Amino acid sequence: MKPFSFSKTPIDPATLRRALEDPAAGGYVAFEGWVRNHNEGQAVTRLEYEAFEALACTEGERIVAEAVRRYGVLKAACVHRVGSLEIGDLAVWVGVSSAHRAEAFAACRYIIDEVKHRVPIWKKEHYVNGDSGWVNCERCAAHAHDHAHPVPEA
Amino acid sequence: MSVMPPLFGLILAGGASTRMKQDKALLDYHGRPQLHWAYDLVSECCAATFVSVRPDQRDEPTRAALPQIVDREPGIGPLAGISAALLEHPKAAWLVVACDLPFLTSETLRHLVEHRDPGRIATAYRSSHDGLPEPLCAIWEPAAREAVAAALAAGKRCPRKLLMEADAALLALPEARALDNVNTTEEFSAATSALATGAGAQAPGTADAAADARAAITLRVQYFALFREQAGRSEEVLDTTASTPADLYAELRQRHPFTLAPDQLKVAVNADFSDWNARLAHGDTVVFIPPVAGG
Repeated sequence: MKPFSFSKTPIDPATLRRALEDPAAGGYVAFEGWVRNHNEGQAVTRLEYEAFEALACTEGERIVAEAVRRYGVLKAACVHRVGSLEIGDLAVWVGVSSAHRAEAFAACRYIIDEVKHRVPIWKKEHYVNGDSGWVNCERCAAHAHDHAHPVPEA
Repeated sequence: MSVMPPLFGLILAGGASTRMKQDKALLDYHGRPQLHWAYDLVSECCAATFVSVRPDQRDEPTRAALPQIVDREPGIGPLAGISAALLEHPKAAWLVVACDLPFLTSETLRHLVEHRDPGRIATAYRSSHDGLPEPLCAIWEPAAREAVAAALAAGKRCPRKLLMEADAALLALPEARALDNVNTTEEFSAATSALATGAGAQAPGTADAAADARAAITLRVQYFALFREQAGRSEEVLDTTASTPADLYAELRQRHPFTLAPDQLKVAVNADFSDWNARLAHGDTVVFIPPVAGG
């Protein structure tokens, strides 16, 4: 299994966890991200995920490698869905096997947190009232500057 | 339809130069005071050219050597200078240029003059940094007089905001750095060394050669998520003189209704994260990355 990959079809954690088995492992921690029916006060009916897959896989693999090195765990992997998802669907899975549980929990948390911030994946929410919007993009654009005229970071 | 109003030049030299801690009009980028260099550059395009000054600056020797228009409401910034010029010669249009633009070229000014739209209150360039109008290298038509007076009466002093609200004609900058201004001693040092090595815009007269030397490159731009929807396509191939991702984004914002500001984005070149000021090469693939939302 690749350390980071995308799936266009439903994710099956039972299959994925087998790739993390190791005789030296004393345990395994997984995180499953699910599609919930609300966000920031709006009722959500379904989601679409889109990714810039070439860069997303590179960055995702960097994150998993960082977690393994930083916490000294045995194996780690992450799979993210793309395409249209319904409420309750599994959107992202992270699994980590390790000799001891503390490192496994820490590495698992590191991976999901970094993936959310660094990997070029975008989420479009569809709402009960028929509206839709790209999360983190549409509202902040409406507030883009009046008098501050920032130059892109070097 | 009457004849096109004559074009006069106005060099803004009334700023306080607070961050530079010395008079920006007197700085030497091109072998003489910047005010005189800018005056000669603007004079190439104009029937008459004046320097905008505050009342207390009239006798400063570098300014005293040139025809002046004195602010009637000093202390409120560049809009006071523009207002004074529009009142002094009400039938003229004004090519207004700040004196702190050392990279400005004859070509940039000529392009503005050639694309002037006398049916709007002003013709201006879009900033290569944020896509907004650049009021201090712009042509202000006689019809701007009332809008400027109304803004000042309402306590509004931002000429950029005035142009945004007044439906000014906006042009793409032919040379991205031409309107980079210089406000601090650090920027002054960087600008003088850039000019010395030819990295910036060229001296008057050599601008055409500079434009020829920077041939267009072909780039592929891929669009995802909000950008895909706003551009109405998932990719395009284009010829451009943009030399960095920052220049390219400014150019694309004029062709597509992109709502995201550059500081909200990251950029990738050839499928890895890139610096905004990296040099783009012929054949590169560029992706602008909106705020991400995985998980």
